[in-house]
Amino acid sequence: MTLLSVSDLTTTYTSGRSAVHAVDGVSLEIARGETIGLVGESGCGKSTLGKTILRLVEPSGGRILFDGEDLTALSEAALRSRRKRLQMVFQDPFASLNPRQTIGEILSAPLAVHGVKSRAERQRRVDDILARVGLPPDSARRYPHEFSGGQRQRIGIARALILEPDLIICDEPVSALDLSVQAQILNLLAELKQSLNLSLLFISHDLSVVRYLSDRVLVMYLGRIVESGSHTQIWHRPLHPYTKALIDAVPDPTRRRYAAPLPGDLPDPRSVGGGCRFAPRCPIATEICRTQDPALRAAAAGHHVACHHAEPALVS
Amino acid sequence: MATLLDIQGLTISFPNATPVKDLSFQVAEAETLAIVGESGSGKSLTALALMRLLPKTADITDGSIRFAGEDLVNIPEPAMRERRGRDIAMIFQEPMTSLNPVLTIGRQIVEVLRLHRGLTRAQARREARDLLDLVRIPDPDRCLDDYPHRLSGGMRQRVMIAIAVACRPKLLIADEPTTALDVTIQAQVLELLDRLRRELSLALLLITHDLGVVGQWADRVVVMYAGRKVEEAPPEPLFNDPLHPYTQGLLAASPRLHDDLHYRDSRLSEIPGSISSAVKEKGCPFVPRCPQRRDVCRTVFPDTTMAGLGRSVACHAVTPTIATGPSLHDAAVRL
Repeated sequence: MTLLSVSDLTTTYTSGRSAVHAVDGVSLEIARGETIGLVGESGCGKSTLGKTILRLVEPSGGRILFDGEDLTALSEAALRSRRKRLQMVFQDPFASLNPRQTIGEILSAPLAVHGVKSRAERQRRVDDILARVGLPPDSARRYPHEFSGGQRQRIGIARALILEPDLIICDEPVSALDLSVQAQILNLLAELKQSLNLSLLFISHDLSVVRYLSDRVLVMYLGRIVESGSHTQIWHRPLHPYTKALIDAVPDPTRRRYAAPLPGDLPDPRSVGGGCRFAPRCPIATEICRTQDPALRAAAAGHHVACHHAEPALVS
Repeated sequence: MATLLDIQGLTISFPNATPVKDLSFQVAEAETLAIVGESGSGKSLTALALMRLLPKTADITDGSIRFAGEDLVNIPEPAMRERRGRDIAMIFQEPMTSLNPVLTIGRQIVEVLRLHRGLTRAQARREARDLLDLVRIPDPDRCLDDYPHRLSGGMRQRVMIAIAVACRPKLLIADEPTTALDVTIQAQVLELLDRLRRELSLALLLITHDLGVVGQWADRVVVMYAGRKVEEAPPEPLFNDPLHPYTQGLLAASPRLHDDLHYRDSRLSEIPGSISSAVKEKGCPFVPRCPQRRDVCRTVFPDTTMAGLGRSVACHAVTPTIATGPSLHDAAVRL
């Protein structure tokens, strides 16, 4: 069952006379209880996409259907009541918690905003959520600085969960954490997601993390989805040269030195020409790539790719 | 290869903390030694100590740092200033904060060349152009007159590397050189560092938290935890057969790309707790998180024990198993 359906979403940032389409005609669907991994390098628009879905950044085009209702058509007040069901976990657990509020205050604020009037009830739900994310019960009386990075991220997750949402957008939730703590947070997210039947949009630049936690994967490059497919399709049969390069570039401690890395940088999004956006860095680009922008097309059931030269997958 | 850098018993103290304790390791000429550890392990402070750039409140309270035979701990500041940049250079994680935003790239490279190598302005500019070419900056002539903000993160890091190798140092310390960069750019920068290591025969001290980087680029690895060296080994044995419980936990906890782990069928193994629990410990700092802890671990930090060619480990729980390990027919030798 589809919970979120985004079609042709565009987000435009303007500065002076120039405009950048940070998200450029993106469509995606998330089913109830599904985890979608969204990977790409910095500047590809993945965080903007996450924020646009919540309308923390206003879209300049497209539709966001959440449980059948178009969020783009809602008034600010109506949207606020829907946000209860769509929450976000941020990258930096140090920057996203108010240092002058206790954890109890931080966690009960969303309850108060969304009309839980009884203090005792708020207290009960705070205690409940602290236990769920594995924090000691006395945490409610303490301040953010008293917690380690991993514990603060647990608080961030607790704050997102306390309103019992259906969808959580996690923007690089473990990137700021040490490796020994990352696994704790990934396990917690996996466990909560399964026991609460949550849908997750998991945004990350770290392919190994996305690989562990995703059912389906979207690969983004300069504002576009260039490939989407199931977890197995993306890792075992990647079709887009960019996806292949990303997978190759992840240093694997068991392999010594890899093939020549992908040349060049992510180009300036203001200067994209008419052809494929990846063409300047692509090892297999030909003339058509420089003139025609490839559309996302089906290569196999559930596997889509935007490349003129992606080998057609065998459909069995 | 001859030993270039020999650190013995290095201890760094703040008024109320000792973030690096009794640290010893060597770097040979033209080799890559990686120091891995999480935040709070003391790896970056160690690097700063090598450059004698510790914060004012910190002090080297014990040990020696012998570089090409000379102990850097006690040489006077003017002498140290000559070594810095010329013999030992350093690059940092975030190239934007290390470059001066109001000076052109050319000015910043020329400054180093004139100061350390006494070149004229024109000579220095030619040399700067060659350096940018060496680090594979496309269109180096234009780059000389560009300001840092015009460059991408990867290009800025290349500029930092060009400045660092301008005086042909013997040792380059790279503190998390690719952490701020995307994976495809990270690969380019690491490859560049490795090429420079070979071409200029400089030793590379690579400080990182990324095990993948370590496995692929290092000749030897030092694993640090809460200011202590807990294990040292070449990457292959380290990854195939880690000895210290911390190294074992760290490897098990990383969802490596080439493992087929998925959340629907398996949990990641975790190291419980966090590094902050090390502060109170008198013995081994890993005790509160260690699955193999014993009583002795709480009171005595274990000696470093040799565990095969180029390998050593500091753990009370490990010693007996090494002696019976199949690849190590000789009993463990106490240092």
